[in-house]
Amino acid sequence: MNMRISRRTFLKKGSQGLAVIGAAPYILKVDMSRAFSMSSPQTMELTDYLNHFGVSEEVIRDVMSAALSRGGDYCDLFFQHTISNNVGLEDKAVNRAYTNIDFGVGIRVLKGDQTGYSFTEEITPEAMKLAAGTASTIADGSRQVEPVQMQVHKHPNYYPIETPWEDVGIDQKIPYLQSINDKMFALDSRVLKSRVGFSDYTSYILFANSDGRITYDYQPMTSIYAFATAEENGKREENYSVLAGRQGIELFTPANIDFLSSEAVTKTVALFEAVKPEAGEMEVVLAAGSSGILLHEAIGHGMEADFNRKEISIFSDKINKPVAEKFVTIVDDGRDKNVRGSINIDDEGNDTERTYLVEDGILRSYLHDRISAGYYKVKPTGSGRRESFRYAPLPRMRNTYMLPGPHKKEEIIASVKKGLYAESFTNGQVFIGAGDFTFYVKSGYLIENGKITRPVKDINIIGNGPRVLKDIVMVADDFKLDSGGWTCGKDGQGVPVSLGLPTVKVAKITVGGVS
Amino acid sequence: MSTINKLDLAQWVIEQATKSGADEAAVAITNQRDVEFQYRDKKLEKLKESTQNGLTLDIYTQKRYSSHSTNDLRRESLAKLIEEAVSATKYLNEDEFRTLPDPKYYHMATKPQLNIRDATYDSIDSANRKKLAAEIEEQGMSESDLIISTTAGYSDTLYETTRVHSNGFSGQIEGTYFSAGAEVTVRDGEAGRPSDWFYATTRFFEDLPGPAELGKGAARRALQKVGQSKIASGQYTMIVENRAGRRLLGMLAGPMSARSLQQKRSYLDGMLNKKIASEILTITDDPFLQKGLGSRYFDGDGMAANKRIMIEDGILRQFYIDNYYGKKLEMEPNSGSTSNTVFTTGELSLEEMTTQVEKGILINGFIGGNFNSTTGDFSYGIVGLLIEKGKIVQPVNEMNISGNGKDFWNKLRAVGNDPYPYSSSRMPSLLFEDIQFSGV
Repeated sequence: MNMRISRRTFLKKGSQGLAVIGAAPYILKVDMSRAFSMSSPQTMELTDYLNHFGVSEEVIRDVMSAALSRGGDYCDLFFQHTISNNVGLEDKAVNRAYTNIDFGVGIRVLKGDQTGYSFTEEITPEAMKLAAGTASTIADGSRQVEPVQMQVHKHPNYYPIETPWEDVGIDQKIPYLQSINDKMFALDSRVLKSRVGFSDYTSYILFANSDGRITYDYQPMTSIYAFATAEENGKREENYSVLAGRQGIELFTPANIDFLSSEAVTKTVALFEAVKPEAGEMEVVLAAGSSGILLHEAIGHGMEADFNRKEISIFSDKINKPVAEKFVTIVDDGRDKNVRGSINIDDEGNDTERTYLVEDGILRSYLHDRISAGYYKVKPTGSGRRESFRYAPLPRMRNTYMLPGPHKKEEIIASVKKGLYAESFTNGQVFIGAGDFTFYVKSGYLIENGKITRPVKDINIIGNGPRVLKDIVMVADDFKLDSGGWTCGKDGQGVPVSLGLPTVKVAKITVGGVS
Repeated sequence: MSTINKLDLAQWVIEQATKSGADEAAVAITNQRDVEFQYRDKKLEKLKESTQNGLTLDIYTQKRYSSHSTNDLRRESLAKLIEEAVSATKYLNEDEFRTLPDPKYYHMATKPQLNIRDATYDSIDSANRKKLAAEIEEQGMSESDLIISTTAGYSDTLYETTRVHSNGFSGQIEGTYFSAGAEVTVRDGEAGRPSDWFYATTRFFEDLPGPAELGKGAARRALQKVGQSKIASGQYTMIVENRAGRRLLGMLAGPMSARSLQQKRSYLDGMLNKKIASEILTITDDPFLQKGLGSRYFDGDGMAANKRIMIEDGILRQFYIDNYYGKKLEMEPNSGSTSNTVFTTGELSLEEMTTQVEKGILINGFIGGNFNSTTGDFSYGIVGLLIEKGKIVQPVNEMNISGNGKDFWNKLRAVGNDPYPYSSSRMPSLLFEDIQFSGV
């Protein structure tokens, strides 16, 4: 029942947005009775992955023959085993743990740009052939298929971790939650409640297609959220902090634990002083870091090639045209080390890369999956992603950010007579065709006569993608990639992403406020 | 998997959990079949069919709690999972409120028919489903030369859930959903390519609107956006069309949850039996609504469904209280989740409401924005139509509304006669006065 949001994409940050949460010491070793032959999942080879999923190259070939038997041009098999854990603290006790195990294979058949898709949670030759038969019906002819010769595709690893989550028991996680909680209460007597959520996620992927490519990946992920609710003179406020990435438990250093607790408390109590800005258009300065949400919504989605192939994006006719000032360069990169949106390969087995969406102010490249790369006759950009084996891949973002510019943060703020300094965000959305996009400012400050003054809270900002790109009038040299737990939604599928920005000034944008 | 097999498996899981040291356990097993077709450019763009299973096990041991889900329902896999899960749970902190609900809450005096399972589901063939999607696309495309693209879709779902608790609950429920409609994108000169949608979701196939209503409906909505622009900031009368209202309802359902209340993050804390909205607002949670998209016999705690008046003449009568937070709050549980949100409707249609507006904005869609459950502050992006002297004069977009839930609901002046049928939130069109819009 997700069709309704197919062209209404969204981006959100928050533990509720993450698939499943969970924990338990040794659950990861249960492993659906398929034991690993290797000690470290990061050094597993093709044979280990085939054993893990209980398949052979021969079985894969047979399934492909069934998938293409009605005349499909291409097929792929996406095997996935995901284990996720969450431990939660509320009312000063670590009193909940959740785990989720997900296992299956998705089978896709393409006929031109038409897609047939099915999946099965039972990885047996019979169940896979049945699913392949269903997906095959996107074509309606018949075809004798030559057995596909498989070639292993190797790729770099952009998310090395020290300790696999399989080796981290619940007993090791609990002290982190308690420590964050204790620090939050110690920091400020106004703290009334705290909530902490610790999650980790491990995904094993084996991919094979009818071009003969076979490849695999091990994808770790983790995040900690710390929420604080505080009270002052009968008034309550809440805010939070988060650290997320494709990391192991080594992410949670003592310094990072301190950051999580102090950030959550500082941002919460700052809201007691917060006001609402005036409603209407004004100059907006975006702080370095998570303000990259602007790019994700204003241009990123519109540059996903499926929307352009269908001519329903506002950027459909703008490639190689100037869209912004010369100092504006925007990329979508899958290779940033241990960052949440990074991928070693995309979910169609293609290498990831840095794709230039805007280079020196000129609109350059869409983000492609296999279908759109074929349509435009270009090399895939490694942007074909899916939420899980239950979904066909689509062109998606990875880590979307703007490269540093020529200005200084101080001169940007000093140049604003009356405006807004937007600092932390929770969610955004875009209408691909009309170009309207929004992002929600959880907290920020007013700028008055070139100086940051009072805090502001809970305001939505709305603009038009191409117009706002033109209105980016200053870009600082202080680029920062965000480490928040962003999940991007499209067509009912959520995928992890990240984003970043140097300090940027937008000349004019509509801010929700009061008059 | 048959109902009997699911019941057997659930009981076996409970036994295994108990053997492994759980004091109490709850199991839910679901399976679901989905079929989906999408049409674009007179071609079948996508077909997808699948069957999936899921099992969730809640473990209560030594006043500790954990929950585990898996899609591997083989007994040898489950046996290992259960053993590990029970032993892992013992590492958690003690929490005296972690027990299953008192069995008295499982009891249902009568079990009315819900009409949520369409018997014709089994006889709808794929050719018919594809044909419907193709016809919707054709109807959408034929509406205007300005149309760039129409993506039409059809999908249906058959699901079955079996739930068993170690302290005496056992329940099954089966239902169907059908969904069909289109999204249409149109050309608007250099300004952009606005789009809109019309999708309907129903429990019965026969209740889906026809292809013309869906396809042309989506096209007309998209065409209505041609020439849209933002207008001056200010206070305007606001009508929210029925289909757009779900986002506003979240501003009540969130703070009305027992968890928000117990965690001190509800702006409605202390407001029980007090006025929180205009006296024309009455909201009932009705799990027994015939063919209702949220109709059910039991909730995620196994608690028997009951019809509840949540807000009566603007007075907050109940919170949504689940088993766990109910115990923490020492409040009687009544189910922590919503079923069908039903409004007591007014007299006016959307058209009649519109004619009464001197100057205002009819919102037919939201974009982004958020709501702070702790303070009641909200700010949402909107698209809609400007009304002057009772007539729609131009489409508007790229604007925000902002305010606070505490006074927002008191600005409600009229409730429409048109509850939205394609959602479990059956909101009618609503008219508010003096709402803050920001634009130019």
